[in-house]
Amino acid sequence: MTDIPISHFLFVSTALFFIGMYGLFTRRNMITMLMSIELILNSVNINFVVFNKYLYPDKLDGIFFTIFIITIAAAEAAVAIAIIINLYRSHRSIDVETAEEMKY
Amino acid sequence: MTASQIIFYILAAFILGTAIFSVTTTKIFRSAIWLLFSLIGIAGLYFWLEVEFIAAVQIVVYVGGIVVLIIFSIFLTQQSGKEMLRPPMMRGIASVLAVLFGFALTYFLIYKNDFKAGDKSFNWSVSKIGNQMLATGENGYALPFEVVSILLLAAMVGCIVIAIKVPVEVSSTGTKEQKQDNIENLRDKQIVEGL
Repeated sequence: MTDIPISHFLFVSTALFFIGMYGLFTRRNMITMLMSIELILNSVNINFVVFNKYLYPDKLDGIFFTIFIITIAAAEAAVAIAIIINLYRSHRSIDVETAEEMKY
Repeated sequence: MTASQIIFYILAAFILGTAIFSVTTTKIFRSAIWLLFSLIGIAGLYFWLEVEFIAAVQIVVYVGGIVVLIIFSIFLTQQSGKEMLRPPMMRGIASVLAVLFGFALTYFLIYKNDFKAGDKSFNWSVSKIGNQMLATGENGYALPFEVVSILLLAAMVGCIVIAIKVPVEVSSTGTKEQKQDNIENLRDKQIVEGL
């Protein structure tokens, strides 16, 4: 169990975070950008659980933060998809470049 | 190298590989399926860490809820087999460079820092989590629990308000285009009234 150094877990979560950032930079489709955000949130969850387990094993705060992040991610995905579907109804497209009049 | 270590590295490679496929493939439906595999791999990592409760929550909420929601919205908004445009060359190169530098900096800082491992053993149970979640004293999470429940209620009401269809008042003889026009007129009227 303890034979894997903690930096290897952090390698996985850091790499996952930056893969999500890459997706956020290159994609212009709203649904795929939402998927990248889910990847980023998951990398944060891995960090919380690993820190809780290896550095502060007598506490449970990392697990609570993970549970709250998962809850908020579900709510966020639901609201985002409602907005995307509404945008598709009025614009016939879910590209972020075509949604520019929301600025004004 | 023990079997447990080998399983960890296989899981890590699986998570990262499927995540990379998920952000680079040009077909949106395949992207969602790769994301599904990546989330299952993360649930496997939680099982490996022996926090089975979080693994179960991960599978129920992410794999069973969010990915299904995303696939539904893909079917509602576009043809699933359609190719998405590749990003322009300059943007791709700039993104790769930015991401690589960010990763190198962050991992350098992590590598330099020596983490002091706790000496106790990690023991959790669902009853401990539940008791602390609803405790009001020190280290209790009753207030965040209530705040999150209000947030979920607000998100549910907000989704219904955003996605609801505007009721159409049109005679049954009107054609489809007329109905569409009426919807737009109704929306404009509502916006003006709102202002």
